[in-house]
Amino acid sequence: MYAFELVRPGTVEEAVALLASPDAQALGGGQTLIPALKQRLARPARLVSLSGIAAIKGVTASGGTVTVGGGATHAEVAAAAARTYPALAALAGRIGDPAVRSRGTIGGSLANNDPSACYPAAVLASGATVVTPAREIAADDFFRGMFATALADGEIITAVRFPVPVRAAYMKFVQPASRFALAGVFVAQTPAGVRVAVTGAAEAGVFRWTAAEAALTADFRPESVRGLVPPARGMIGDIHASPEYRAHLVGVMTARAVAAA
Amino acid sequence: MPLVTMTVNGLPATREVEGRTLLVQLLREGLGLTGTHVGCDTGQCGACVVHLDGRPVKACLMLALEAEGANLRTIEGMANPDGSLSPLQQAFRDHHGLQCGFCTPGMIMMAAALLADNPKPDAREVRDHLEGNLCRCTGYQNIVRAILAASGQEPALAET
Ligand SMILES: Cc1cc2nc3c(=O)[nH]c(=O)nc-3n(C[C@H](O)[C@H](O)[C@H](O)COP(=O)(O)OP(=O)(O)OC[C@H]3O[C@@H](n4cnc5c(N)ncnc54)[C@H](O)[C@@H]3O)c2cc1C
Ligand code: FES
Ligand code: FES
Repeated sequence: MYAFELVRPGTVEEAVALLASPDAQALGGGQTLIPALKQRLARPARLVSLSGIAAIKGVTASGGTVTVGGGATHAEVAAAAARTYPALAALAGRIGDPAVRSRGTIGGSLANNDPSACYPAAVLASGATVVTPAREIAADDFFRGMFATALADGEIITAVRFPVPVRAAYMKFVQPASRFALAGVFVAQTPAGVRVAVTGAAEAGVFRWTAAEAALTADFRPESVRGLVPPARGMIGDIHASPEYRAHLVGVMTARAVAAA
Repeated sequence: MPLVTMTVNGLPATREVEGRTLLVQLLREGLGLTGTHVGCDTGQCGACVVHLDGRPVKACLMLALEAEGANLRTIEGMANPDGSLSPLQQAFRDHHGLQCGFCTPGMIMMAAALLADNPKPDAREVRDHLEGNLCRCTGYQNIVRAILAASGQEPALAET
């Protein structure tokens, strides 16, 4: 790692001020950023740790909405949302391993927008809202393709608001070595219809599978998506799985998620 | 250079570190606690797992300054006060849960975190919990047996 200064502000306002300089970068749980720094893929002069900001931790629930602090760890969400939004808690409880869940945060996961990450599927399928100090961003506007988001430089995620669906579930088929999703599908039945978000599969990152949404809005049963497969074009092809196999897995994971919801 | 102050295995410790110093470097090089191993340095193997305020973390994926004020426990703090092995450590020994021993500190710390939360895990829960801990020697079976035995259960349940 190149040398850098680490600062640990106690408030969002201080963090925003410290991140204003162009060579500063936010540090969440470090589970993605520290390996990247070791590989010298980034060279910030200053890391602004968000771990000392109490205001962006924790999970609260009220009136059908679960609000997760941008600095809440995966372990915190797995425990605190278990009753209020079980599908979200189950997703958080299966990210990586227990040590990764002790440190990794929802804000870091969303800001990174790894095409195989789990949280983007939950945020997009739930129709959640990403909150920053400056504005609120709807899930449909937040994800901008692999490793790209609507966040401006230095803009931090302070919270994510999830409207709790009527029924929901997440199913992932893991790549056995990395344990990231080879294909992961989050299905959410909401009063306005069903939303289906797919992660791990597409070159462009998380996406909504509208054909499955239409079929499931008409009839919310696993049979409704039997035989339905998204186009293989645009799916990731690598040593772990071909585009066709990933597309097939998306259909299977969708049916399983509906059965589990 | 900035200072970091924490409690390690019950004793206060203060050291000067750089912003980029990893927690595992501070433990091994700053405090001489070389029981915490570095297997991969990329967050994949779990050999560096320690407890931070009671929770398992990978010490190679955390900056030392982030541990300011924290209560840390490493493998050196796991034996009984009289120096004899704790029941979990003894179970690893009795059930051949180690061969070369390189992964063992991380395995013990991760297993201890599991048993603190869930004193009677089943074999599936033990395996799930060890997802981030790699062992090149044992094939895991005897590690699972040791953890089940340490929790007061029949080690043969590892075969289920
Ligand atoms: C072994 C291993 C297995 C894993 N398995 C999975 C898995 O199965 N599924 C999965 O989804 N993920 C997995 N991950 C990734 C993990 O979930 C990370 O925690 C997550 O991707 C990044 O979160 P972080 O808090 O550690 O962010 P960091 O690594 O600290 O930061 C990542 C990026 O986000 C930025 N950032 C951090 N916090 C914020 C914020 N609040 N607002 C704006 N920007 C911010 C940083 O500047 C950086 O660019 C795994 C990681 C490891 C090491
Ligand atoms: S050395 Fe930390 S996970 Fe391998
Ligand atoms: S005993 Fe050798 S790596 Fe596990």
